[in-house]
Amino acid sequence: MEFFRIKRDIPFMRHALVFNVISFLTFAAAVFFLATRGLHLSIEFTGGSLIELQYAQSADLPKTRQAIEALNYGDVQVQKFGSSRDVLVRLPLRGTMKQDEVVAQVFDAVCRAEGGAVVNEAVPDKGVQRLCKAGAAQPVTLQRSEFVGPQVGDELAQDGALALLVTVVGIMIYLAIRFEWKFAVAGIIANLHDVIIILGFFAFFQWEFSLSVLAAVLAVLGYSVNESVVIFDRIRETFRKQRKMSVREVIDHAITSTTSRTIITHGSTEVMVLAMLIFGGPTLHYFALALTIGIVFGIYSSVFVAAAIAMWLGVKREDLIKSTKKDVDPNDPNAGAVV
Amino acid sequence: MNRYAWWKYLIIAIALLVGLVYSLPNLFGEAPAVQLSSGKATVKLTPDDVERVKAALQQGGVVADFVEFDAGSIKARFKDADTQLKARDVIGKVFNPDPADPRYIVALNLLSRSPHWLRSLHAQPMYLGLDLRGGVHFLMQVDMKAAVTQKIESMTGDIRSLLRDKDIRHAGIRREGDTIQVRFRDEATRAAALNAIKDALGDLTLTPSADTAPDADAPLLITGVLKPESMRKVQEQALKQNITTLHNRINELGVAEPVIQQQGVDRVVVQLPGVQDTARAKDIIGRTATLEVRMVDDSTEAQAAAAGGAVPFGTERYLERGGIPVVVKRQVVLTGDNLTDAQAGFDENQEPAVHLTLDARGARIFRDVTRDNVGKRMAIILFEKGKGEVVTAPVIRGEISGGRVQISGRMTSEEAADTALLLRAGSLAAPMEIIEERTVGPSLGAENIEMGFKSLMYGFCAIAVFMVIYYMLFGVFSTVALAVNLLLLVAVLSMLQATLTLPGIAAIALTLGMAIDANVLINERVREELRNGSAPQSAIHAGFEHAWATILDSNITTLIAGVALLAFGSGPVRGFAVVHCLGILTSMFSAVFFSRGLVNLWYGRQKKLKSVSIGQVWKAQE
Repeated sequence: MEFFRIKRDIPFMRHALVFNVISFLTFAAAVFFLATRGLHLSIEFTGGSLIELQYAQSADLPKTRQAIEALNYGDVQVQKFGSSRDVLVRLPLRGTMKQDEVVAQVFDAVCRAEGGAVVNEAVPDKGVQRLCKAGAAQPVTLQRSEFVGPQVGDELAQDGALALLVTVVGIMIYLAIRFEWKFAVAGIIANLHDVIIILGFFAFFQWEFSLSVLAAVLAVLGYSVNESVVIFDRIRETFRKQRKMSVREVIDHAITSTTSRTIITHGSTEVMVLAMLIFGGPTLHYFALALTIGIVFGIYSSVFVAAAIAMWLGVKREDLIKSTKKDVDPNDPNAGAVV
Repeated sequence: MNRYAWWKYLIIAIALLVGLVYSLPNLFGEAPAVQLSSGKATVKLTPDDVERVKAALQQGGVVADFVEFDAGSIKARFKDADTQLKARDVIGKVFNPDPADPRYIVALNLLSRSPHWLRSLHAQPMYLGLDLRGGVHFLMQVDMKAAVTQKIESMTGDIRSLLRDKDIRHAGIRREGDTIQVRFRDEATRAAALNAIKDALGDLTLTPSADTAPDADAPLLITGVLKPESMRKVQEQALKQNITTLHNRINELGVAEPVIQQQGVDRVVVQLPGVQDTARAKDIIGRTATLEVRMVDDSTEAQAAAAGGAVPFGTERYLERGGIPVVVKRQVVLTGDNLTDAQAGFDENQEPAVHLTLDARGARIFRDVTRDNVGKRMAIILFEKGKGEVVTAPVIRGEISGGRVQISGRMTSEEAADTALLLRAGSLAAPMEIIEERTVGPSLGAENIEMGFKSLMYGFCAIAVFMVIYYMLFGVFSTVALAVNLLLLVAVLSMLQATLTLPGIAAIALTLGMAIDANVLINERVREELRNGSAPQSAIHAGFEHAWATILDSNITTLIAGVALLAFGSGPVRGFAVVHCLGILTSMFSAVFFSRGLVNLWYGRQKKLKSVSIGQVWKAQE
């Protein structure tokens, strides 16, 4: 079986300008949404509390929301989390109130809304647990709770930005050494544009941007640079082999001959990511989503953007093929002799 | 050309064997167990205690799979939860005869069900993070400013008594923020004081200056500031002491494997797997312990009372470690507030000793008390949860001045270290605040494992099916290489005992999805060579050769991102990054070195190879 039966090199670079305009527009849109809507940051960044509840039956969200809003916590979010029985409650930071008090109050309110009462019960092996009981049944259980103080958030954002910076600089240095600065610039612009687009999606749909999404974004950065590297490798090789081709033809040839590999590799990675998206549950949902967007745009940017930028920057055969014998005079009988 | 030297196959075989052995424990699951560990820093378990546990179990009629000593604690594994509970009670009765004063922690735990030979190789299952096993996570911020202020405060007192001892008249000593200001009326006194303070307190940078305010009646000043390196030392010590104190306190929660670690310069992470009761955990973590020095009552009535019966008026009975009762006076000579440091060391006879450093006030009191009580005994008592224990009760041999106290005699160097630690760790060096808290229910943890595993399995299967259909035999090689990658990654994670979290499982899946890239590159290259008319053997050779440079480049860029995440990430990001980086490394081995080995083994010997099973190779018709 062979999917890609390409007879002649596809003239990608003829349309380079169109592609660049398209990416510029998507990029601009992403920046626009980031600026106007902003990211919906998780409590890891903003500080606050998070409580996950599991209902015995399908949860009645309005009822739960009402019960919690009656506590006057301000901007409270109540939403389904994965299944219809799981509910996630997000509370903003609450001055001096202790986390366990907050959790206890919320749980108590929710429990009463379900017609139960909170009791402390000794569970074998696990010590005393707070359970919501209505007769013998437990209408709702506390699955987990999180609290993040205000100190942590800023630092996380800073560390994230630093990680991004180090990754970008590291990759640029590596590409500059291994190839040439034009490729480094082209590769990094193309892939940063992916990062911005992912963030744009998160801003537009107001998906929750958490630490694991940040990890996904950086992983995508490393991963889609791969793609550029593979194409750059090919460009270099083609420059070596095909002395008569023009720069444009060389790039077209390199992209065409790696197309099959590009699609299959990304397809395989995407299969894994889709498996996470489908089976990984709510915790991995946005992580997988960020990866999906990143992989799709990673193909686009490496194929259509990176090479085009390298071309605009004026990549030449001489940039990549360092001829070592250049300085030696062919008529000098002592050439190359070292004392 | 497609042959490996024998030693390359040997490397592959060894890697596979090691990978198999170390990933094996993950398949066995876990069995209920009881873990016995020391509940107090003064109590140490030794391998000999295994016999005691065994005897206790035998007496109670409980059958254990095995009882073993492992890193300071004794673990016994049982076949079911009922036996486990029974065993806990049996062991608890023997080791903690007095339930009100538990000396040991008897905790329920889970141990790998793996057979003995695996455990003797130290092959353990992967260490699961809190999000996978359930438990409580705290991130605490140590108030470093308070630690420094406290140090400055105690130094202010030291300077005051120093100047009094040397008879140098000053016009007031004050702490201004993080500096100490001493005022003087004339130049000569100031110069004398400057020298005296410089000699006694090397941690301070002293600068003489003048108060320019016109109404100042003592315009000459010495301003003392902590030297930067001393400041750092104070902060480091504060953090270390807080961690030690937390350790001691958490021991009482009876948590099987608590994690207490430094994070950054001023934070401590506390993770208590399996604990659901945050309120109690916080109560215990936030508690304070105090140290007191009191005189021992050695009168005959007291001696009689020590053995049993009512103690004389004004005295109390405490147990020394080892269980010997000591009757001490109620009057407190010194408290832990006057103790600035405790270090283990040796005395002049090269016997193990504990060196205590007291602050100026403590030193003066200590000098007076020891001068008046030569030949008598003095008890150092540690109070925790309102219960006191005599750490040591040495005989006073002579007057001790200068604030440097040495406790020696009848101590092993280990005991000396423990005592020093206990004295230091009695209380928190600086206040701490919980800035992050996370509780994960145990059922949620199990769900997370299942979901992570499922997505990994389905993703893997889909890739495997595609590869085999698309690349035929080479697809099989690639799939096997991918499986080996998974095996090695699991083995490395198990060996390093790196914490596996849900993002970590996601990283495994993602790494596998990325690792297949190398094989696709190779396979596509081989096809291309065949398309260009190369002979099968040389096509395989050239395919691997050409793909290698590209694979290296692309893995290095991915690794750069991974390392940046590892360096700057915390929490879930770190869990992701560790697995991601390790996965990239193992994939280089499996996708290139190992898969080449497979291909060589299969095709390498066939001299006249006609065709390669790598799926259809389509050639453009010119």
